[in-house]
Amino acid sequence: MSSQPSVSPDKPVRHYQLPPGLGGKLWAWRYLILRRVTQVGVLLLFFATLHWGWAMTGEPVLTGNLSAAELLGLVPMADPFATLQMLLTGHWMETEVLIGAGIILGFYWLVGGRAYCAWVCPINPVTDLANWLRGRLGIRDSRGASRRLRYGALALALLLSPLTGVAAFEWVSPISIMHREVIYGLGMGWVVVGGVFLFDLLVLRHGWCGHLCPLGGFYRLVGEASLVRVRFDGPTCTHCGDCLQVCPAPHVLNLKEAASRGFVASGDCSNCGRCIPVCPEDTLAFGLRPMPTKTTTTSPERRMQP
Amino acid sequence: MSDKANRARRRFLGNILRGTGLAAIGGGAWAYLIQQESRATPFALRPPGALPEPDFAATCIKCGKCVEACPYDTLRLASVGDPYPLGTPFFEPREVPCYMCEDIPCVPPCPTGALDEALTDIREADMGLAVLIDQEHCLSYRGLRCEVCHRVCPVSDEAITIEHRPRKLSKHGIFVPVVHSEHCTGCGVCEKHCPTAEPTIKVLPRRLAQGRIGEHYRLGWEHDAGITKEFHAAPGKPKGGGDSGGALDYLNEGEL
Repeated sequence: MSSQPSVSPDKPVRHYQLPPGLGGKLWAWRYLILRRVTQVGVLLLFFATLHWGWAMTGEPVLTGNLSAAELLGLVPMADPFATLQMLLTGHWMETEVLIGAGIILGFYWLVGGRAYCAWVCPINPVTDLANWLRGRLGIRDSRGASRRLRYGALALALLLSPLTGVAAFEWVSPISIMHREVIYGLGMGWVVVGGVFLFDLLVLRHGWCGHLCPLGGFYRLVGEASLVRVRFDGPTCTHCGDCLQVCPAPHVLNLKEAASRGFVASGDCSNCGRCIPVCPEDTLAFGLRPMPTKTTTTSPERRMQP
Repeated sequence: MSDKANRARRRFLGNILRGTGLAAIGGGAWAYLIQQESRATPFALRPPGALPEPDFAATCIKCGKCVEACPYDTLRLASVGDPYPLGTPFFEPREVPCYMCEDIPCVPPCPTGALDEALTDIREADMGLAVLIDQEHCLSYRGLRCEVCHRVCPVSDEAITIEHRPRKLSKHGIFVPVVHSEHCTGCGVCEKHCPTAEPTIKVLPRRLAQGRIGEHYRLGWEHDAGITKEFHAAPGKPKGGGDSGGALDYLNEGEL
């Protein structure tokens, strides 16, 4: 496709330079640092509640894990995709998990569907590391695979759940395996995590998160309508392409569309914030999706004017 | 049809074919993996109140809150390589058995109902069934007064009782533990404390440990089966039971 940015590793032209001082570097890396903090922080809260008995006002801080959890003994949370699969097996469940799934669905509708992928998912640092190492080792991109594969995986998960009688993706999800390993102890689950790492490193760039993961596909669909988006100030863009080079899903930075709509619309954008600091013109920034307004010509205020 | 349209159509059909093939292969492998993981390992002992296994496998979200709530660290979530369905809670009584907390703290945290809150009396729990699986090496069966399983059993004298049996011609008897399935909760304290190197009493999921009498069997001494209720002596014959007495008692009456 001609609108696809070139991801050829031959001649990556970068205009952006990291600031020389430490403070400047930290500022440039602010979203990366924040993301690692939330990723580790979420796991730490689970871990500390379980192993060190962290509590606030007498209630355990965060029990459970990313599949289902409870905050301060009060707020239930549940993985909406896992819950959907379980419902598809034909089992109605307690309201707690249904409310919890609704809360999480609502939360990611607010902050951007795939914000889960970039800010919470424990697999993300693994695949980020693989991608970084890929660049360092100069591993060339093989023939790309379709990013639509994950919808196939998503459809299969929803199809296999009623057929096998168990939540199909939840049973084999490397994400669940990894966070259980982190929270509950060492096991062979790291082999699976290592498999994902090697797949991303050697087989397919952004292979797991960008192409296969059905949970990412699910949250992408949520993100199509979500509130927090990367705003795009069209007129200031010089089309230098630096944002495209750091973006793990460069097809979301369809600059023409972003310029006309004022924000990055694709639900595939994970709100990771990589593109924002590298933009030399400050064209990109986090913001809210503009409310759908009626076209200016039919705006009632405009019409009321004499 | 133009050449271009033809090529587009060919590509379209090819894509459909490739997609279908990929879905079939991937889906098949995936389904097989799930079957292996969730179904092929029937030995897992579940927390109290767990739904029957297929329903439990479908509704357990693998959050580990039951594991977290257990004060004895009895429960664990199965990791990759454990011989139990991945991510689900289980316990191994020989490591840590279920100590049958009165308030059953592991059940209410379950967000999905995979652990059924209808269970309010831990004595009604049904985690499995203790089976004296190896009489050959059971110390009690060998004639020692072991009976440890009976003494440690939290439902002692109901779930496990001691029966006396004669020991061939010896004046010493043997005292064997007998498990009663209607009272055993499968907590596994007996398995934990069995003093043999390898326990001779083990807790198994009920569907492995227990048989079932077919519905059509009628135990005449328990049921008023129609055939005995409706029995009437044939007319013209003497009533059964030998009411004259003489014919039955003649051996004792010294008539011979």
